[in-house]
Amino acid sequence: MSKNIVLKKGLDIPINGCATLNVSKSMVPALLAVQPDGIKGLLPRLLVKEGDRVLCGSPVIADKKNPDILLTSPASGTVKEVVRGEKRKLLAVLIQTDAEQEYARIDTTDVKSALLQSGLWTMLTQRPYGVLADPAITPKAIFVSAFHTAPLAADLEFTLGSEVKAIQKGIDALATLAPVHVSLNAAVKDSAFASLSGCTLHCFEGKHPAGNVGVQISHISPILKGETVWTVSLNGLAAIGRLFLEGRLNLRRKVAVCGPAALQPSYVETLPGTPIKDFAPFYGNGAEEVRIISGDVLSGLNVGAAGYLGRDDDQITIIREGHEKELLGWIRPIRYKQFSNDHSYFSWLMPGRKYNMDTNLHGGPRPFLMNDNYYSKVLPMDIYPVFLAKACLAGDIEKMEKFGIYEVLPEDLALCEFVDPSKNYIQDIIAKGIDLMLKEMA
Amino acid sequence: MNKIFEKGGKLYWLHSTVDAFETFLHVPGTVTLKGSHVRDAIDLKRLLILVVIAAAPAALFGMWNVGYQHGLAMGQTGVHILEYFWFGFLKVLPLYLVSYIVGLGIEFASSQIRGEEVSEGYLVSGFFIPLIVPVDIPLWMLALAVAFAVIFGKEVFGGTGMNIWNPALLTRAFLFFSYPNYMSGSECWIAFKKGETAVADAFTGATPLALDGASAQYGTGFWDLFIGTVPGSVGETSVIAILLGACLLLWTGIASWKIMCGSVIGALLVGWIGQIAGVTDIPCYMQLLYGGFAFGTVFMATDPVTSCQTETGKWIYGLLIGMLCITVRLFNPGYAEGMMLAILLMNTFAPLIDHCVTSVHISRRAKKLKVA
Repeated sequence: MSKNIVLKKGLDIPINGCATLNVSKSMVPALLAVQPDGIKGLLPRLLVKEGDRVLCGSPVIADKKNPDILLTSPASGTVKEVVRGEKRKLLAVLIQTDAEQEYARIDTTDVKSALLQSGLWTMLTQRPYGVLADPAITPKAIFVSAFHTAPLAADLEFTLGSEVKAIQKGIDALATLAPVHVSLNAAVKDSAFASLSGCTLHCFEGKHPAGNVGVQISHISPILKGETVWTVSLNGLAAIGRLFLEGRLNLRRKVAVCGPAALQPSYVETLPGTPIKDFAPFYGNGAEEVRIISGDVLSGLNVGAAGYLGRDDDQITIIREGHEKELLGWIRPIRYKQFSNDHSYFSWLMPGRKYNMDTNLHGGPRPFLMNDNYYSKVLPMDIYPVFLAKACLAGDIEKMEKFGIYEVLPEDLALCEFVDPSKNYIQDIIAKGIDLMLKEMA
Repeated sequence: MNKIFEKGGKLYWLHSTVDAFETFLHVPGTVTLKGSHVRDAIDLKRLLILVVIAAAPAALFGMWNVGYQHGLAMGQTGVHILEYFWFGFLKVLPLYLVSYIVGLGIEFASSQIRGEEVSEGYLVSGFFIPLIVPVDIPLWMLALAVAFAVIFGKEVFGGTGMNIWNPALLTRAFLFFSYPNYMSGSECWIAFKKGETAVADAFTGATPLALDGASAQYGTGFWDLFIGTVPGSVGETSVIAILLGACLLLWTGIASWKIMCGSVIGALLVGWIGQIAGVTDIPCYMQLLYGGFAFGTVFMATDPVTSCQTETGKWIYGLLIGMLCITVRLFNPGYAEGMMLAILLMNTFAPLIDHCVTSVHISRRAKKLKVA
């Protein structure tokens, strides 16, 4: 194994409500959603209608541009409803699941066609821009991060440590498409994933976002103009491995239900697309006062009690909505209950303390005022975050290219957004910049 | 009650002002919309009030010194320290009132026109302006200068965070070029009551810089300058009070130590060259104590909006400020102080320095990527 890659910059946000390492519940939800939203570059075409029977692994939605790319049902059952939004935009296909699961047979002799047929192809993300992987190209490499560093994120050693066999199988399958790189957490001794072979292992040491695959790529092999790489989550990789081991789609995963407002945070074993209502015991009766996020607090999606667990998410974070006004909050010398990374507060004197954070913005939106260094001290990449964000705001393609738009996805700059005293939505600015790049490059 | 201030309400034209006072009283209950759902407790109000707190020792000392210098000029002795302070306070208070009323008035109106919340930027600029002008400046001149600096230095560029030049220094520059009689020489630095003139024998109120180290009633030794018992702009004289502020700014990381160090090194370098070349006989370390150098280095050059953004750029920017300031002092007989113009000039060039630094970074990165 190569030497540890040490990242000095970064920040672990000390937020309360880490999930305890036990699976409190294992479920097959009665209702499941297949959602095409959130997959950049997918133009959904509906393949089923209400009342149709689907098996676990049968296609539900196809891509209009490339009909080989499918979204499949994670369980067998009957199509109950097709949910559409404004302008008849396809939001979700709801599937009433069977008590006894039936599986679609998937031919696993050819890796690419097996991935496409099973719908697992959509687990692959293509960088730059974080779009759906294009089956027609061969990427430079495939990157997998074997650990999360995001606040309260699921402990992958716990959730997938027992599935090394499946992960190994997944690596073997993907290695036929492109070289695979797996990044391990140097802080974990005797990692279950240290024995993986057929791939290049890298060890990363540091605070969040050291576990973000984008940050890892920029330290292993940065993306040049014209190059593409693919990434896949470890959960996705395990599902790919299970496909080749068992010959069927199996998306079951352990999901960390956590957050300062979560009651008894712990792990739940379930399927992607599970309605948030099924997690009701974790937020009790207070659904109005809390925000339910599929993913982590930095870049997850606010799905609300009526939403569903995201396709590739293994975390549900529940935090309180911070609507209260705080009298003279900004001028108090000490705000014991608030966390700040800035030295004008005293949180840094209590490194072990965890905070019950809420969604309050703690200020009003302003133009960028602080120097680039204020932001780049939480971004372990060779990038000027403020210059990049300003290039995105200005819509200057050339500058965006120069300042490294190819290397980042919004999630990589999430911490810059967290520490921003000007309260800008930096991730949104980057996302709009990426959209502009996609439009201009098409 | 807030309804009339909302869009369509009768008093909508006041909504930025109401927002400003409301958010001044309490951190608003707004929540994040997307992206990072939790946010750091820091905001600009907090950062900027810390700058004001950092400048407070210099302001308080300045008020006392106004009284003290007046006492010297009038030949008074045995006056209580609080009496000096009270005299200075009454002299400086109108400057503050004018600075904040004119500046914030324009700021509120501009925010309302743009439909934005009122930014806190002027809180700091407005606190600095009275500290860098002569205490006896006529108030209408100050009002005119503040209006010029805020409108043409800041609002036309889009408000706080968008300006090229430091608004406080722009105010001073406007006064300096428009009303030079009030801004230099030996008359303007001491406050007098109406009809008073100096009674002490041969008293001259010129700053030590203008005297070039010649003798005066007040001392011009190291300690006098370090403590600040000399005439000058209200807040610039006391190096020790400014250093207290510098400690706070560096501790919280609001001001860049690279800019401060760069400026000091640059000044020492040129001061030393001037000394060995025989241009001046002032030791180079004394240059750091004269005039507005310390105040400019600590509070003006480090303004995060108008200084360089990049870390390498900050060194270059700081060094050049220090070097330019002392160069002006040594080679310009007509104008004794160079700090203001050095900083304004480097404000102008800061984006260029950043451009060069990022260009080097980009080409270095491209090379590195090609090799990899």
